Amino acid sequence: MFTPAEIAAEGLKPSEYEEIVQRLGRHPNKAELGMFGVMWSEHCCYKNSRSLLSQFPTTGPQVLVGPGENAGVVDLGDGLRLAFKIESHNHPSAIEPFQGAATGVGGILRDIFTMGARPIAILNSLRFGSLDSPRTRRIFSGVVEGIAHYGNCVGVPTVGGEIYFDPAYSGNPLVNAMALGVMETDAIVKSGAAGVGNPVLYVGSTTGRDGMGGASFASAELSDASMDDRPAVQVGDPFLEKSLIEACLEAFKTGAVVAAQDMGAAGITCSTSEMAANGGVGVELDLDRIPAREPGMVPYEYLLSESQERMLFVAQKGREQELIDIFERWGLHGVVAGQVIEEPIVRIFHQGSIAAEIPATALADNTPIYHHELISEPPDYAKTAWAWTVDQLPDCTHEGIEINGEMMGWNEVLMRLLAVPSLASKHWVYQQYDHQVQNNTVILPGGADAAVVRLRSQLHSEPTRRGVAATTDCNPRYVYLNPYEGAKAAVAEAARNLSCVGAEPLAITNNLNFGSPEKPTGYWQLAHACRGIAEACRELNTPVTGGNVSLYNETFDSNGKPTAIYPTPVIGMVGRVDDVTQVCGQGWKHEGDRIYLLGSQAPRTLGGSEYLATIHHTVAGQPPVVDFERERAVQAACRDGIRRGWVRSAHDCAEGGLVVALAECCISGHFGAVMRLEHPVQRWDEFLFGEAAGQILVSVQASKHEEWEEFLRSRLDQNWSMIGLVTLATLQILTPDNTYALAIPIQRLRDRWLNSIQSYFTPAAAE
Amino acid sequence: MKFGIVVFPGSNCDRDVAYVTRDVIGQPTRMIWHQDTDLSDLDVVIVPGGFSYGDYLRCGAIARFSPVMNSVINHAQQGKWVLGICNGFQILTEVGLLPGALTRNRDLHFICDRVPLKITPHRTPWTSQYDPDQVITLPIAHGEGRYHADADTLKALADHDQILFRYCDHEGAIDDTTNPNGSASNIAGITNPQGNILGMMPHPERAADPVLNATDGLGLFKSLLAA
Repeated sequence: MFTPAEIAAEGLKPSEYEEIVQRLGRHPNKAELGMFGVMWSEHCCYKNSRSLLSQFPTTGPQVLVGPGENAGVVDLGDGLRLAFKIESHNHPSAIEPFQGAATGVGGILRDIFTMGARPIAILNSLRFGSLDSPRTRRIFSGVVEGIAHYGNCVGVPTVGGEIYFDPAYSGNPLVNAMALGVMETDAIVKSGAAGVGNPVLYVGSTTGRDGMGGASFASAELSDASMDDRPAVQVGDPFLEKSLIEACLEAFKTGAVVAAQDMGAAGITCSTSEMAANGGVGVELDLDRIPAREPGMVPYEYLLSESQERMLFVAQKGREQELIDIFERWGLHGVVAGQVIEEPIVRIFHQGSIAAEIPATALADNTPIYHHELISEPPDYAKTAWAWTVDQLPDCTHEGIEINGEMMGWNEVLMRLLAVPSLASKHWVYQQYDHQVQNNTVILPGGADAAVVRLRSQLHSEPTRRGVAATTDCNPRYVYLNPYEGAKAAVAEAARNLSCVGAEPLAITNNLNFGSPEKPTGYWQLAHACRGIAEACRELNTPVTGGNVSLYNETFDSNGKPTAIYPTPVIGMVGRVDDVTQVCGQGWKHEGDRIYLLGSQAPRTLGGSEYLATIHHTVAGQPPVVDFERERAVQAACRDGIRRGWVRSAHDCAEGGLVVALAECCISGHFGAVMRLEHPVQRWDEFLFGEAAGQILVSVQASKHEEWEEFLRSRLDQNWSMIGLVTLATLQILTPDNTYALAIPIQRLRDRWLNSIQSYFTPAAAE
Repeated sequence: MKFGIVVFPGSNCDRDVAYVTRDVIGQPTRMIWHQDTDLSDLDVVIVPGGFSYGDYLRCGAIARFSPVMNSVINHAQQGKWVLGICNGFQILTEVGLLPGALTRNRDLHFICDRVPLKITPHRTPWTSQYDPDQVITLPIAHGEGRYHADADTLKALADHDQILFRYCDHEGAIDDTTNPNGSASNIAGITNPQGNILGMMPHPERAADPVLNATDGLGLFKSLLAA
């Protein structure tokens, strides 16, 4: 018997405890209770989100492995197969930014190489509070250093991602890491145990007391007391992981490995029960054979430890020594710790007696599911936000807008927007990441809307021009204002970013970062965002191959008031690149090239815009709405234009609207641009800084413009326009009667944009 | 010309170098496991980049004790070619094949970037395919690449034309503002007095493939073939 407090300490509800007693036909012991606690956490069993996730499309000819395994796998043609997945490490990073982020990278890499794939790229999606806060600066720089420490040492390039700063994340940063890998083994290694009598091998590092119960910790709200949970944060060793990658891939190639599972959340408990449940068999494991980092550990500690860089294998009987030799050559542990049994049960031995005995499916498969009631009316915050209209802003002219009695010109507005850390250069960040190791990085960070990596097999290097493009996207302000539209926009933007480099979107992995689903508003956000993702993935033919759910992202302020983060469903999308020498960057290439806006008919709105938030300190309105038919046409036109050699640069119009996108193309390409308006403008701020879904800026060689425009008419009808020319050194926008609405030298824009984030770390800001 | 590339646990640029020597310039290439000691078949030994043994203590401090390094020293003493790149440069200074040390970057952060380098005005076997004084651009990626040596050593390096690469701007000007990591005399790469051992922080192997639009590092490998 346990006290209610002891049960709650394992993250279990009283009703769940009753369910455990019923399933076991007895009360659990302490170790078993701990195992249920972690396995029935949201992090491991999706008890709050499973019914929503079931609506995602998960199949397609390109999908080789969908949700349920360690990572999804898609077909890239020519026998090349790509494993990819995204995962969060939000709560550990809030408490211990460096190790939290580092082990997040380590965990997602293990998901990739467990499948038999060599990791080839890391991306990440990060959210922090305002950089004005010293605490945020500490978390931000710690997370960046942690990612750099792990990724650089393990030798996998960090090639892309996104970072937003908003007070909504001040107590609860988001650290989502995505990894890509190319399959190196003929068979994709799965996790289902098989072959009664086959030995179960424990390989990798030792087991210690670090990271105890991290999965339950990750599924609870953060509070001041969470700081005392620091032992729940694991410590990573990228050097061991690098050796583990090599040893595992070598081991898989022998053909002696039947199944493999990495030890991530809930360590030994999770890996044994998932391998048993996925294979429809049982697993016996003897804790006395597990290499321990420290003496005197009890079963509870062995079973719940989240020590890093460990894996569980099922090997072919009689071939275990072959595998052990490989691990020992790499300086790692490899021991036979148990065997596969017929009875579908997880049985744990310790010092000669049974320490735990649980039906495998009770832990891993047949887990509780909670259905929450979806409120029929939108919550008050949304209704209030939706009531906002642009008429509430002051009038404006081609010269600027009057704010609190002072005129702010459009030059100044643009300069302010480019200095917003979410929009400013992330150079300070990615310069700390080795983004070129492995010698396959085609586009350097910041050079294009998506990362592009060549797919060169490290085993037999035949010259190949095939590549893969990847991106992570989510505008959380849009999702906050309208979860359904915002989630659709996130998927559409990811596909658009891939199209801007010329890649064919294939599939997604997603990381659903939300607040508590037990609160009506939290569940409303989650449910509608899932509906939006499902619809967008069907419309854009990019199935979901897996992902991660991180709920309870809330912090308590000192008054005990819970504050939820912006709902943030991060979309990690991958795309096929047939020829890496034909990809496209975002910067202008030549003076005199023509600038076109694809998707020009998509309505621009200031609802949810960066302009509204930064200049008018307002987060309100309805975000842009995706029109899938137009979206598909615009993206296809962009891709085909790149493939046929017409398009020399392409860039998605996102936060900050048309003018920020123009400025980014200028900065990236070291050229200017001139845009002369033909028609009067109704509202200048809406025209310049309004945001739309489905708009891409491209530049095209002037001498090719006739065939290009012919092509555009056939593909997009009227949904495009020629808006300007690439010039040398200034960004200029002229009214129909030839006066300047905006004119700034690119060098000034560049300086502001490049130095913004770094300026928060100069001594003056630190005081 | 036969190349051997040392693989320590934690090396992570070993395959990148092999790709260039074997696939790009078409030379026989084999990997050397850190416990191997027979290098007699090799003309060139390359100690590649990475984090040998994790580099938790000090870069290269453990690698210097590995069995392969005695053989690398013997190989070098026979006048054969040894190239240390990044972590490899750190290891060569740790074992004493090259003078000086590499310490934490001036701003304490890891730096991954592409930087201009001025090539020595003197003809060397490592740089014969470049023009004297040419400015090339190579990738760097290190946390501890700040070259340090005492004044006498720096003077000796300069007097004996041992400084092969120095950080500069795109026009070739060398000063503090063109020094990414705070290295003494903007040093990016040096040789021993005999010139058969080169250590450098920049990664020539990451700029040796036309498909990636960067080929400034190829000249170094081609120079070796001509030597």
